[in-house]
Amino acid sequence: MSSTDSLIKTLVERHGKDRNSLMPILQGIVKEERYLSEEAMLTVAEELNLSAADVYGTASFYTFLDTTPRGKNIIRICKTISCHMQGKDEIIEAIEEALKIKVGETTHDKKFTLLTANCLGWCHKGPVMLVNDEVYPQVTTQSALEIIENYAKK
Amino acid sequence: MENKIVKKVDLIFQECNADEVISIIEKTLQKSQDDVILEVIDSGLKGRGGAGFPTGLKWKFTKNEDNPVKYVICNADEGEPGTFKDREILDRVGYKILGGMTICGYAIGAKEGYIYLRGEYNFLLKKLQEQVDNFNKLLQNKNVDFKVFLKSGSGAYICGEESALFESMEGKRGEPRNKPPYPTVAGYNSKPTVINNVETLVYVTMILKMGAENFKQFGTHDSRGSKVFSVSGDTPIAGIYELELGMPLQDFVDDFGDGDTKAVQVGGASGHCVPRKQFKDTIIGFEGIPTGGSMMVFNSSRSMYNVLHDYLEFFTEESCGQCTPCRVGCQQLLLGIEAVKKGERKPAYLEELKKLASTMKVAAKCGLGQSVANPFNSIVDNFKEEIIY
Repeated sequence: MSSTDSLIKTLVERHGKDRNSLMPILQGIVKEERYLSEEAMLTVAEELNLSAADVYGTASFYTFLDTTPRGKNIIRICKTISCHMQGKDEIIEAIEEALKIKVGETTHDKKFTLLTANCLGWCHKGPVMLVNDEVYPQVTTQSALEIIENYAKK
Repeated sequence: MENKIVKKVDLIFQECNADEVISIIEKTLQKSQDDVILEVIDSGLKGRGGAGFPTGLKWKFTKNEDNPVKYVICNADEGEPGTFKDREILDRVGYKILGGMTICGYAIGAKEGYIYLRGEYNFLLKKLQEQVDNFNKLLQNKNVDFKVFLKSGSGAYICGEESALFESMEGKRGEPRNKPPYPTVAGYNSKPTVINNVETLVYVTMILKMGAENFKQFGTHDSRGSKVFSVSGDTPIAGIYELELGMPLQDFVDDFGDGDTKAVQVGGASGHCVPRKQFKDTIIGFEGIPTGGSMMVFNSSRSMYNVLHDYLEFFTEESCGQCTPCRVGCQQLLLGIEAVKKGERKPAYLEELKKLASTMKVAAKCGLGQSVANPFNSIVDNFKEEIIY
């Protein structure tokens, strides 16, 4: 059994085979693997007795349920108006420069994916950056790079 | 800098530990279900998520449904650009939210409550889960038949729309449903459901603690009580403030502006843009512009074209794509203002776009598409030159 299969088995045991469990199960896979592979979605469909299209339909609707491979750490920079006004462009440029990737891309060593996000709910403390589930408000180009460096060491 | 004109209130963030919340619940349980609902109706409390439906009425409709299974849902899918107050409430006074949910559960006859937390706030999950577990234990000890569960979203603005939220909780795409039936009749799992905003539920706890009469001292006849505002943009004191409802926007600007305020976007991206000349005549409340609490302040250095462009990009990305007026409408409004800016279209084309926005208002299926006309028409009408040149 592949590691994905056993992960899905554990998640199904924890959340149940109900349709209502689909989101927590998909979220559980993304938490471990950072994205939903075709294999993972097919296994979930089989386990919950849903059509594969149904599972893909749900997965592809949500920004945080990625269906393309992502890096170990996902960096999301808020791009909505308040963060825009507080200089999110400089933060993005600095990270692109440091990691040698563009928004939407993943580094060669698969450590980082850089994405933008719609309003993250920190408009009074922008620009804000999310790394995986952790939030970093009021980042500067310098502090953003330091935070990313710490993740690189992990 | 301390604001002086606008009246500050301290109800939402007043400290209240689990035991105090439990004693408010015990006091509430001594009243009849109808009396609890009457107290909430009498307080005049209206939903604090933005739509402003009278909370007590929502409860009454749900209680009147004859169904053994009902639900209470706390809408913590705060996603409106410029809004961040629910995050702070969830972080600081979680037990008061759980108290409001329990009181609602008792009033309508529900045994289960769910908090739907947006995925962007997952960093709050650990602490909230601990509070929920502890609270459920306390309720069990007191023989209160109510249990709370936590559900997490995955990054979709539209799931803040109540029926889309139910779809998401049921493991589906977060696409809004047709209404009616309303959630009070068929909500989560097609059962009668009360869905309230985070802040609304905290006010419920406070109303049952202090009494409807005391709550009504705040605000105006049409806008009872206070409201938590998320203040951002060109202001030296950005942050979260609980203020009395019914204030003139001018007073707000005098306290929070930087002296050069050109416009205030009231109610987030889907709200209204109020230009300087209308500050004096605009009331923040249900008699004027109702709001989920977002106040974005813009000074004269800002291009309102960029502001509108940002909003339209946001709606284009967050439209669920289910209904044509919203899916195509958002895209065309965005392309339209770009074309006018570049001179590919004549300025008069803006009038055509306004008609499109108005069509979306009547033809779109849910609040997302229906409200795009609010920022579009208010910005285009008041800042036409900035859009064209």
